[in-house]
This record gives sequence, structure tokens and C-alpha cells, in this order.
Amino acid sequence: MAVNTDAIGRAYPATIYAVGREKIREYASAVGEHNPLHLDPEVARSAGFADVVAPPMFAVVYSNAAILPGLFDPELGIDFAHMVHGSQEFRWGPLVVAGDEITTTATVKDVAERGGMGFYVFETESVNQKGETVCVGLWTNIVRAG
Amino acid sequence: MKPGDSFELTVTPDRYLTVRYAGASGDFNPIHIDEDFAKQVGLPGRILHGLWTMAQVARAHSEALGGPDKLERLSVQFRGMGVMEEEITVTGTVREVDDGRAVVHSEASQNGKRIIRNGEADIRV
Repeated sequence: MAVNTDAIGRAYPATIYAVGREKIREYASAVGEHNPLHLDPEVARSAGFADVVAPPMFAVVYSNAAILPGLFDPELGIDFAHMVHGSQEFRWGPLVVAGDEITTTATVKDVAERGGMGFYVFETESVNQKGETVCVGLWTNIVRAG
Repeated sequence: MKPGDSFELTVTPDRYLTVRYAGASGDFNPIHIDEDFAKQVGLPGRILHGLWTMAQVARAHSEALGGPDKLERLSVQFRGMGVMEEEITVTGTVREVDDGRAVVHSEASQNGKRIIRNGEADIRV
């Protein structure tokens, strides 16, 4: 299948996500995180955090809106009917807590064709209100030949 | 923590799990929440979100190794598809420890099939 590599390096508009206590608790419950750091503000405060702590994989929540413009970029032309999530990497910095504001930018890291399949790799970088990088994500989507 | 140390987590997603995870994560792809749609596109039925399964791998590390701040990096490959109401087993093994960092390899399997493989994590120790 033909892929369009012209978009490699393209950056999409930054998104800002305000991290809420109840959203962290909702996410933690959905993924089975029972550590009280994620659920109980008093426990989190006594451990030195300003509020409940987001589980590391909460990165998918604050990165979500930044990823979408790339997935729907007409110049990339990703064929959703044949797309699967191939692999995922996250690198984490300081923990995210309720009350943080996370700015995420997504870029097209790579577009390639291998073995008849298209590989679309996006990178997200998420930075908190103090300018600290809290997460860098590498999202690899694979499109099989239709 | 030393090379060869291992841990395991088991979890059985209930039949409404993907609905709750869709709401919690913002990923409303209908293959996860709409049985008819999933079958129309050739799946056996609704399937788990890969990132939910990855969250189980991440949780296994946090629970076994001392908390969410220990996880510095996690990468995984998704294979096949996970389904609801069948037990998933996450296993992890410490491969190296040096200079304040441990490397852990992991995978997740369900019904004898690996749905996450080549999991690799850097852990702050």
C-alpha cells in the first residue's frame, strides 16, 4: 500500500487538559487502580501531593484530544477500517495530580510502509503548568492492506 | 529487587468494562462498546481497548514494585484481541538492575494467547 510520507515532522495544535479529581477517580476505578493515592485526597496530601495522583496510564486521557487531529489528517489518509493499535510507549516525568493543567502537542514521528502495511507513528509531549515534561508518548498505528 | 524476581496480576474484565473504560478514557470506538457494530466489521464481538490492557500491565508494575512513581517508561506491543469475562494474566520479570534503574520484561495473556507482548519497563529503584 502507498503511504504519504510528506507529513513526517508535522505538528498539530497544542491542547490543554485540566486534570480533575473526579476524572482521576473515575479512570482509576475503570482500570482497577485501588491505591488510595489515586482515590483519597487526604492520603495523597499526607504523602506530599497537592491532591489525588493520576495513575501513569492516565496519560491517555490528557493526550487524547492532541492525538485526534493526526488520526483524522486527510493528508495522512489513515484507513480506520483496517487500522490497529500496534504498539505504545510512554515515558513519565513527575506524577500528575488533580489541579494540574497539561499541555500536549502531537507530531508525526514517522510514516512508513513495510510488508504491505502502513505504519503511522505519532509522538506526544505533555507538559504541566510548571513547564515540566510529565509524559512523552509514542503511538504506533498499523494499517493493513484493504 | 534483583534479576529474576517476578510478579503476576490476574484480572477478569466484566461485561460492561469497556463501557466504563470508554467513558473514563474518552475512547468511544464502537468496536469496544457496540456488539452489532463489532460483528459487522468481522470481530467476534466487542473487544477490550488495548490501552486498558496496557493499564493492567502498568498497574502490575506499580503494585509489585512500590507505587506509581516507580514507573519511568513502559512500552508494549498489542497482538490479537482481548475479550470480556475471561481472565487475563499479566506477568513481569526483572531482567537487570543497575545504577538506580531496573529493566522489567512483561506480557499479558488470555486463554493461552498473548494479547500484549514484548512489554519492557524502566523502573526507578
